[in-house]
Amino acid sequence: MAPVATPFFFYLFAAIMVVGGIMVITRKNPVHSALALIAALLAQSSIYLMLYAPFVAGVQVILYAGGIMVLFLFVIMLVSIDRSVRERQFNSQWVAGIIAGMTLGGLFIGVYAKGKDIFPDHAMPIIESDNTQKIGTMLYGQYMFSFEIASLLLLVAIIGAVVMAKKKI
Amino acid sequence: METLLHITTLHYLVLGAALFLLGVIGVLTRRNVVIVLMSIELILNAVNLNLVAFSRMWAGLHGQVFAIFVVTDAAAEAAVGLGILIAFFRNKETVNIDEVNLLKW
Repeated sequence: MAPVATPFFFYLFAAIMVVGGIMVITRKNPVHSALALIAALLAQSSIYLMLYAPFVAGVQVILYAGGIMVLFLFVIMLVSIDRSVRERQFNSQWVAGIIAGMTLGGLFIGVYAKGKDIFPDHAMPIIESDNTQKIGTMLYGQYMFSFEIASLLLLVAIIGAVVMAKKKI
Repeated sequence: METLLHITTLHYLVLGAALFLLGVIGVLTRRNVVIVLMSIELILNAVNLNLVAFSRMWAGLHGQVFAIFVVTDAAAEAAVGLGILIAFFRNKETVNIDEVNLLKW
């Protein structure tokens, strides 16, 4: 089934993502930033659905908005934020940082303006019924080695996080 | 008007670029480590959006598989980064990243 009212929903979710992103980097209280980031991530999962990627959309909701952001909120609770809320929020080189970001933005605009003709006008037709099955087959077939390396990476990350956060080893 | 209403790959790429820029500006300007880590998540999400948009453009699934690997990376990065943050807070009683200046000349 082709998505209905694509431009409307695209701009709606894009607006939610950009406003959420702006709120992430401007709020004083990290909890507010985390909530804005959750809104942006959920909007992004909707955009994945518009791109016919239901499995990635589910992973986005479950892993990102559900897992990683809960981790963030727990750590915000563990570290005391009372002091940092009352302090200066931006560091002393914020002007240079914004100039660097704008320069990068100018580079993006230049590249996209120059190369926009290489993108096809209409995306290729896609078989939408067995997305998850195909991704699973690829993960356990073609990308087997990367998959195992990813599991090793997660193991190392778990051990590393425990070692870092432990008082005495 | 026609280019605005007909959503192509370029629209998704521009959205990804906007998120990437917001993340970069957040990393470069904020002092709170938690928000710096959240900005890194924004950057990784912008990359994911580009990957999935290109996957749609070529009607393949490699981009989506790669996006899943990026999510794995983001989870590992968040876990280790927050562990470091807790150790840092225990030592310095602050979450300001510009007080991590032991190696600064």
